[in-house]
Amino acid sequence: MGNSGLAMETVVTLNDLAVGTAARIVRVDMPPSEAQRLMEMGLTPGTLVVLLKRAPMRDPIEISARGGHLSLRTSAAKSIAVTPVEGR
Amino acid sequence: MAALTAEELRIPHVAVAGNPNCGKSTVFNALTGLRQKVSNYPGKTVEKHEGSLHLPKAGEVHVIDLPGAYSMNARSMDEQVSHDVLMGSLEDTPRPRLVVVVIDASNLERNLFFATQILSLGLPTIIALNMMDLCRTAGHDIDEVDLSKRLGVPVVPMIAARGTGLSELKAAIETQLATPSSPLDPVRLPAAVDQQVERLATELKAAQLAPPESARGEALRVLCTAQALEQPKFKSAPASLHNTVETARKNLQDEGITWYAAEAIARYAAIDELMEDIRKVREVSPSFSDKADRFLTHPVGGPAFLGLVVLAIFISIFKLTQAPMDWIKQVFGWLSSLASEVIPAGPLQSLLTDGVISGVGGVLVFLPQIMILFLFIAIMEDSGYTARAAFILDRIMGRMGLHGKAFIPLFSSFACAIPGIMAARTIDNEKDRLLTILIAPLMCCAARWPVYLLIAGTVIPNVLILGFLPLPALVLGSMVIFGLVAAIAVAAVFNRTILKGKAATLAIELPRYHRPRIRTLIHVMWERSILFVRKAGTVILAMSIIMWALTNYPKTPTDTGHMPIEHSIAGRIGKAIEPIVAPIGFDWRIGVSALSSLVAREVFVSSMATIYGVESHDSEQVPDLQQRLRAVKDPVTGNPFFTPLRGICIMLFYVLAMQCFSTLAVTKRETGSWKWTIFQWGYMTGLAWLVSFVVWQGGHLLGWG
Repeated sequence: MGNSGLAMETVVTLNDLAVGTAARIVRVDMPPSEAQRLMEMGLTPGTLVVLLKRAPMRDPIEISARGGHLSLRTSAAKSIAVTPVEGR
Repeated sequence: MAALTAEELRIPHVAVAGNPNCGKSTVFNALTGLRQKVSNYPGKTVEKHEGSLHLPKAGEVHVIDLPGAYSMNARSMDEQVSHDVLMGSLEDTPRPRLVVVVIDASNLERNLFFATQILSLGLPTIIALNMMDLCRTAGHDIDEVDLSKRLGVPVVPMIAARGTGLSELKAAIETQLATPSSPLDPVRLPAAVDQQVERLATELKAAQLAPPESARGEALRVLCTAQALEQPKFKSAPASLHNTVETARKNLQDEGITWYAAEAIARYAAIDELMEDIRKVREVSPSFSDKADRFLTHPVGGPAFLGLVVLAIFISIFKLTQAPMDWIKQVFGWLSSLASEVIPAGPLQSLLTDGVISGVGGVLVFLPQIMILFLFIAIMEDSGYTARAAFILDRIMGRMGLHGKAFIPLFSSFACAIPGIMAARTIDNEKDRLLTILIAPLMCCAARWPVYLLIAGTVIPNVLILGFLPLPALVLGSMVIFGLVAAIAVAAVFNRTILKGKAATLAIELPRYHRPRIRTLIHVMWERSILFVRKAGTVILAMSIIMWALTNYPKTPTDTGHMPIEHSIAGRIGKAIEPIVAPIGFDWRIGVSALSSLVAREVFVSSMATIYGVESHDSEQVPDLQQRLRAVKDPVTGNPFFTPLRGICIMLFYVLAMQCFSTLAVTKRETGSWKWTIFQWGYMTGLAWLVSFVVWQGGHLLGWG
């Protein structure tokens, strides 16, 4: 896995990922109560997520995280910073 | 806490808790069978499901099914109720002696978040590891013995839908009630957080804001949750508590710990560690769920399939229910004629036939539609398809400020707002649910058609537009679309005003598909039907009798030649409100008809028939009535009274106005609030008056009157 902790890692948003790629969560940039809830649903920093699919009009997206599948609006996905993981 | 009777205190209370979609209700149903009761938590929108269970040794046990929750840090009314019951802070619900946490074993990590939070409360707990079949096909092997050891509580593997593990669960309940074990919360907080929690817990205990054994859990919640101190129970908390929390958060921030992330990070770290030891993941071929989703949420296949589902629901609601609806009508028609035969003509006969039988019959006729709709909803919910439909529609619905799951309720409201509003309960976000309930009655329900058909047929010339579109049909279509547009506009306004700032949906869970269980489907249909019939039997019966009395009393002296309805209280009210309805193009006759149709919109037609003295009934009535209406002359100008402009104002009024007591009764039930019920009536009727006013006055200015 590519999470070597180097400062060189690229940080993009969850919404920037291509379908089928994996990434690790870096931060959830949202107001406290919303960030808290997404983290409670498993999206804590370091968690591996895979962008599985985009809905017919590209919004929302379906991701898998911690063995479950979630539907997230792209507006929320844009506030989640991730670093892409090679392979998978 | 309110005083509970000695009897209530003697019977042990067991709470069934868990995430949404974990099969919690299936476990609850399996435990209690048909010994269930559904009510609302006092003053709340949340339904309270209770039941009882008989155990060989413990005897009678009271079981309560808590609403689904992702976390003890409540973000919705459902979650607040779960939290409050578990903390014992609800007035009429005693703190449970034992908690059964239901976990979807195939989604173990995420479910363990809430489960370990419950363990931190120190209450005797049992973990029901449900959906073991899905878990195994997903390639997960769980060491439940080790899990039980690590968490300090019994773990019962189950497939609740098939009843597997049920007797073991009952045995565990029995054992735990007799000799409770002490649960271990595996979370290890950073030392700095721990310190602050300890200090806060002491303060909470001192102020009696948390039971001693749960003080630490509650302290962590207060520290890490943005709006924790806004809960009512902290209203009377000493001001120093707020300061302690502020300082604690700032101290953590200084040490590089984000206060609102601390618990989630620590808890998932503990869960990750636990998973390493107790779960083995085998490589498996894609599950049925993944394969199904390749098609069901496919960019083309997904919407196409959803379209077919919607079509199937539409056809079923409108066509399949025709025959049973006709039977119900026939039964009530037969009852009515029986009453006329057996009881001599007079007030009693009139009360029974025109008040009770027609009122209740007019509502019960919707029962087949409600049953069919809830059958479909139960299939979609139970299989996991609802979340996929929401996924496909979320973009469109989101643009309108609505939840993806609002589609089915709003769509159903084209048949009748009653099942539509009842269907809104599949939306777990409180704000989105309330918004859906508030706008659902703007959809063009079946009861509006008789009004539109009467008026459009009377005032709109039957000419073809572009050579093929009949103008009346075009007007009717416009009314349907106008209702939809109004609903979208109202949603936009409410989102920016009264509902602003309420927590919006962040993420929708897409649970694994599973086969719907016949028992669940029947259970849902049965439960919803009973709730509806009970409503029809009480509120609607009472309203029917009141409206009957208002339109029939006092009796007209026989020699005046007045229409009976003119002399009645409703007629007098109609005349009294003429100044209010005149600016929108109504005279007192239309006003009285509108007033009497508060019971149900289609009553407008029969009231107009009564007022204009058309004797024939039902289907023959409309053409006669239309002719009669066309002949009515304006007393001032001598021109026809029912002009196209006046007709359109009447129709616009019916598009928007809340002319249906049954819907209001259902809104009251589903929101648990008179405030929202009255608000719904007020905004709809106010808007109706305003739009008709603008059109009537504007039309006059333009010389169309």
